Amino acid sequence: MTNASAPLPPATLVDPEEVDTARKPSRFGRVDARAARVTRKLSSPWASLTAIIIAIIWTIPTFGLLVTSFRPRSEIRTSGWWTLPWNPGLTLDNYQEALFGSSTSLITYFVNSIVITLPAVIIPISLALLAAYALAWIDFKGRAILFVAIFALQVVPIQVTLIPLLSQYVSWGIAGSFWVIWLSHSIFALPLAIYILHNFMKDIPPSLVEAARMDGAGHVKIFFQVLMPLLTPAIASFAIFQFLWVWNDLLVALTFAGGTTDVAPLTVRVAELSGTRGSQWQLLSAGAFIALVVPLIVFLSLQRYFVRGLLAGSVKG
Amino acid sequence: MDWFIHAETVGHKFALMLVAILLFVGVMGAILFGIDKLKRVPTWAVVAAFLGPTLLFVVFGLVYPGLNTIKASLYDAKGNEFVGLDNYVTAFTQDQFQTVLRNTLLWVVLVPLVATLIGLVYAVLVDRTRFESMAKTLIFLPMAISLVGASIIWRFVYEFRPDQGNIQQIGLANQILVWLGLDPYQFLLNQPWNTFFLIAVMIWIQAGFAMTVLSAAIKAIPDDITEAARLDGLHGIGMFRYITVPSIRPALVVVLTTIAMGTLKVFDIVRTMTGGNFNTSVVAYEFYTQSFRAQNAGLGAALAVILFVLVIPIIVYNVRQLRLSEEIR
Repeated sequence: MTNASAPLPPATLVDPEEVDTARKPSRFGRVDARAARVTRKLSSPWASLTAIIIAIIWTIPTFGLLVTSFRPRSEIRTSGWWTLPWNPGLTLDNYQEALFGSSTSLITYFVNSIVITLPAVIIPISLALLAAYALAWIDFKGRAILFVAIFALQVVPIQVTLIPLLSQYVSWGIAGSFWVIWLSHSIFALPLAIYILHNFMKDIPPSLVEAARMDGAGHVKIFFQVLMPLLTPAIASFAIFQFLWVWNDLLVALTFAGGTTDVAPLTVRVAELSGTRGSQWQLLSAGAFIALVVPLIVFLSLQRYFVRGLLAGSVKG
Repeated sequence: MDWFIHAETVGHKFALMLVAILLFVGVMGAILFGIDKLKRVPTWAVVAAFLGPTLLFVVFGLVYPGLNTIKASLYDAKGNEFVGLDNYVTAFTQDQFQTVLRNTLLWVVLVPLVATLIGLVYAVLVDRTRFESMAKTLIFLPMAISLVGASIIWRFVYEFRPDQGNIQQIGLANQILVWLGLDPYQFLLNQPWNTFFLIAVMIWIQAGFAMTVLSAAIKAIPDDITEAARLDGLHGIGMFRYITVPSIRPALVVVLTTIAMGTLKVFDIVRTMTGGNFNTSVVAYEFYTQSFRAQNAGLGAALAVILFVLVIPIIVYNVRQLRLSEEIR
């Protein structure tokens, strides 16, 4: 996915859907009602058509591969997926072979992906929460400079860090284990995480924090009892973001995990299949969808939070 | 010790994962708990507890390797001999690398512009319509798909079968060409157009991002402005040109720069679709090839630094826009 590794304008907790609701024209009054109806329709049939065409172009490639993944191998090799009505016959064989076949065994890599992703989401978020809190609410010398420095680290492309990190891991003897992948993903996620969470924290009314401080709460108490509950949507947003990013990542996994069944995630294995079995579309299509299904479910069910995270930095125009 | 490093069975892996999570949470919890319990804790101690681990990670993982790579780029392939700027000279003068740079430039210019354009147009088209939610989801969906997945999807679309006798096309793109009466085309092989077909994949993915951010920006345009314009007789394209686009300028900049930065790092698409062959390689992919396959550490490092340098102006522009828009507010 895109690594939205850009600094975004300060965040708000405003939900874009709420903004829209607030601006719906009032239902009272005939003129207003008519205006409401007018805005609901598209401005012209051409507009509808354009939108529909774009939507179709955007969905068809994925749909095509999905249909293909259910077709028997012989069918795939001789006819396009659009001929399905004339060449019927669907099968689960491809998935069977991709998941459990001895030469592909994607189920193992599926497990690896889960094992890699969960800690790689939890660790950076925890670290970033603490760091963002310190940078937002604890007054200390050099705070501004430190924040700018961490923010600036978003510039660093991970390519610049890969080789030295790899050498370091090798010299420590832990290369090729889950730990290095967890560590690396956490490191790379930190600057953006701190930036986004810092923005969300700044939006919390100072009066709440002040009140807690008046009551004698120390920083830790304030953090857990005042801020954490309010930050849950922000945390959810970034968590989903990070989940998708890590699950879909190829470069970090390729560099630090190599290709062994022990550690490599789905993306690495599917990319490998694409190279070695490039023309076996029955395997590739099933493999691609096995890799897709988890992020797709996460995305569709939690889309609201994902969008909010993306807009962290919702633009106020 | 080995139990921690090598996990082979499923159970072992999950156990290791839980260990990592608990270990981490445990240590952080202990630090925080300790800080809380002590009566008069100096501020620096609290700051150290909250920021320390982060700073450690970041210096170890970003600052130190960054400096290391810059240094490595000044050395030869094995990292033994100091060669000064030789690697950079190679990267800018040798033919194959000039192609790489040209390709990268194409990517960085086309993807942001086209993706933003499509995203913007679509956002405006579906704004406040009945199917808005679903329409946006469809365009946004490719963002959830990994770049590898997207590459496979599109490789299948571009699949080529020679136009002989009974052989049918299995790739949608070539089938459309055949339906139109044209010959099937080797999308991924024919230079230099193959780069454009790879670029199309990235556009397909990024348009959703552009649409989402711009849609929110459009919704944030104050009603009075659009109403006033409508009363003055502005509709459709005019409204779009004179009201919508200028009002969302900060968002446009954010979108363009974010996509540009993401595009510079594209590696998966090139690797999965063409393996960097047929003159489709880009800087990010060439870095990988030189560092890991050609074993040329110096050149690989130089390419990584070039990537770094290319990203900086984009971010600087982004931040300046940020500052400007904040001042206006």
